[in-house]
Amino acid sequence: MSLGPHADFIVAAYAVTLFVVALLVGWVVLDYFAQRRILGDLEERGVTRRSQRKG
Amino acid sequence: MPVIDLANPTRFLTVVNRVLPWLIAATVILFAVGLFRAMNAPDDYQQGATVKIMFLHVPAAWLGMFGWGLMSVAALGTLVWRHPLADVAGKAAAPLGAAFTFICLVTGSLWGRPTWGTYWVWDARLTSMLVLLLLYFGVLALYWTAEEPGRGARAAAILSLVGAVNLPIIKFSVDWWNTLHQPASIFRMDGSTIDPAILTPLLIMALAFTLLFVTLHLAVMRNEILRRRVRSMRLIQAQELHA
Repeated sequence: MSLGPHADFIVAAYAVTLFVVALLVGWVVLDYFAQRRILGDLEERGVTRRSQRKG
Repeated sequence: MPVIDLANPTRFLTVVNRVLPWLIAATVILFAVGLFRAMNAPDDYQQGATVKIMFLHVPAAWLGMFGWGLMSVAALGTLVWRHPLADVAGKAAAPLGAAFTFICLVTGSLWGRPTWGTYWVWDARLTSMLVLLLLYFGVLALYWTAEEPGRGARAAAILSLVGAVNLPIIKFSVDWWNTLHQPASIFRMDGSTIDPAILTPLLIMALAFTLLFVTLHLAVMRNEILRRRVRSMRLIQAQELHA
């Protein structure tokens, strides 16, 4: 596969797209684990949501 | 399970946890097929190999607009029914739409230099797409800077509905004004003007990008629901400490 005389532009376009998508995926995954960790800490300390309380 | 049950955040989380692995797998497979087909697609007779940028640029443009359309529908849910999940959906779509609009602008610029001879011109299509990115930044600023999430959500919902005016402007800008950007070539009344050897990989890539958007959107919604639970639990904790 030859990308011709404008290969730099094509490679740059794919690299930028990959970078932005990787940033999005990384942010989503890290944020998920961060929220789960904080929720776990709060539950360990006995904090519960109103909807989880009995009575 | 009736669809209306999904409006319950806890049930929504259960369904998302179940479907996300399948969506991730489908997205990866579609990207593998799409990229293979894109890399093996023939060069354009005028643009040469730079036509390969189209496989990124066009889906990103669609999703940039789709994201705003999604936010507008969610805005109705926030303003009319005041449903928290609608606000979560709108807030989750904003960073994704902004990211795809950014990709569209950058890849378009990198495509424009070898084909038009310039990275940027202030023509109607390019400018209206830049306005869309600025609108996304505005909505994100409203969400991120509001001290009380409900107030930020209502302001963002109003901006989402007002900003929807820009969507037909983007779509028809190439017909209404004389622009450097090419007119519609895929969805036309008289059929696509693109050769199937290039159109097929483009549609596969568009489907792959759309699945990526849906997957990320559901994942960001899940994170936002968890974040709101954390916030409400911290408020309860603070109230108990002061009681």
